[in-house]
Amino acid sequence: MNFRIISALVMRYLFLYARSPMRLVELAFWPVVDLVVWGNVTVFIQKNTTPEFGSYVLFFLGGMILWDIMFRAQQGVAISFLEDVWTRNLLNIFVAPVRSSEYISATFIVGMLRILITAVVLSFISWFGYAFNIFQLSWWLIPFFLNLMLFGWSLGMISTALILRWGLAAESLAWAIPFFFQPVVAVFYRVEDMPAWARPIAWCFPPTYIFEGMRSVMKSGTMNWDYLGYAAGLNILYLALAGWLFVWVLNLTRKRGLLTKFATQ
Amino acid sequence: MSAEPLDTREVILEAIDLTREFDGVKALDRFSFKLHRGEVLGLLGANGAGKTTAMNCLLGLTLPTSGELNAFGLPLQANRIKILQRANFSSAYTALPGNLLVWQNLLVFARIYGVPNPKKKIAELMEMLEISHLSKSVTGQLSAGESTRVNLVKAFLNDPELLMLDEPTASLDPDIADKVRKVVRKVQRERNVAILYTSHNMRDIEEVCDRVIFLHKGKIVCQGTPADIVAQSSSDNLEDVFIKIARDGELLDEPKKESAV
Repeated sequence: MNFRIISALVMRYLFLYARSPMRLVELAFWPVVDLVVWGNVTVFIQKNTTPEFGSYVLFFLGGMILWDIMFRAQQGVAISFLEDVWTRNLLNIFVAPVRSSEYISATFIVGMLRILITAVVLSFISWFGYAFNIFQLSWWLIPFFLNLMLFGWSLGMISTALILRWGLAAESLAWAIPFFFQPVVAVFYRVEDMPAWARPIAWCFPPTYIFEGMRSVMKSGTMNWDYLGYAAGLNILYLALAGWLFVWVLNLTRKRGLLTKFATQ
Repeated sequence: MSAEPLDTREVILEAIDLTREFDGVKALDRFSFKLHRGEVLGLLGANGAGKTTAMNCLLGLTLPTSGELNAFGLPLQANRIKILQRANFSSAYTALPGNLLVWQNLLVFARIYGVPNPKKKIAELMEMLEISHLSKSVTGQLSAGESTRVNLVKAFLNDPELLMLDEPTASLDPDIADKVRKVVRKVQRERNVAILYTSHNMRDIEEVCDRVIFLHKGKIVCQGTPADIVAQSSSDNLEDVFIKIARDGELLDEPKKESAV
């Protein structure tokens, strides 16, 4: 991998964001809308229930913020690719000496920058608006963020592979794919509250361990180390599978001559 | 054009029996050619003749069904990155991101190609193409002629030894088209670049290309210098040759086969 090429690709995205303030607004707009809705619901429940139950509903805010971290990571990869499709620049990239790994790495870095912006905005608003301090998760925040980011990258690569294969007809998948997982990764409720048939499915995905871990830390201040280990191990597996899928689809599109359709779409 | 005969010059790009099928239909059928250092080779043919498929195979965007492709003496697929570092491409049908400024787009590609002193290089090339004043313009707001010249600056950034130009004068007015042809010729002469050139504009071909290959239904119908081809046919000019091939599928009684070069 050539870091000069990765930095050039990242520089391109930074130019793009600097020249399009609406893209920066988009990074904060929906997360803030979500936060305000969940924040108000939390305040309403806290005022109208017992203090003990009221403390549980803070899990909603924690879940919402961490979910958005994963979603932004996935979007960082998928939207960066779509930017090249929308601007008809993809062929310029594919006929330049850019390896797939360098291209994907650049989208990972852009994903990380998107997460940072979103996380700072959400942390600030949740603290000042709803007295919810995400930093109560302390140092656990770091492995939580990292694991969710890795899974977001895997989903981003899968979305990109689908768009490569089916073209812009699959564009909506770039937005929808994370939400296929939302019901089964225990973002807002515990795994034990899910139907029995869904529980084994939930434990197949790394975010489940992170959201369970988050609730454990918020409730008792303790973290199950096994959960972090499972999440990290599964993330490595999913990243490898998603990377393989992306390269396989890229080769398939070359074999079938599908890549050139992006020049005219 | 270099005075050195073609057959003694280094072969920069070579296709051997290149075939590409789509759903059983041959878009390219045992297509073979050699492009030598310092040569401008025109690839001609009506829509659907196989030019774009050939160009896409040569760029590594589409894999051939069978056949061999070598550039700089190396198999293309196995050495794609190494080869692309020494080559470049410009097409009337691709664009640089429209929401970036021209200098931003060019700087990104200069960094991708590892151009030393990129700002100086960009300024020199923009001056050569008479578009220095566009440096701070928004790429998406350029006219077709300006956009083509910006794409050419991108294509010249890494001083390529192999340049593939896909209809570089499409949709340009005669004045800008003339300027583009002159610049391509100048760069080719000064840097001894091998250029593969496609166009539907026969004036382009006569002025720029040392040799041309006519394709029809994926096969080579004839090849030679533009003057030779006109002389061999009963046509008055290259445009008539083009029309004859597009309609009849052949130019001569016995189509000329791949020559020794």
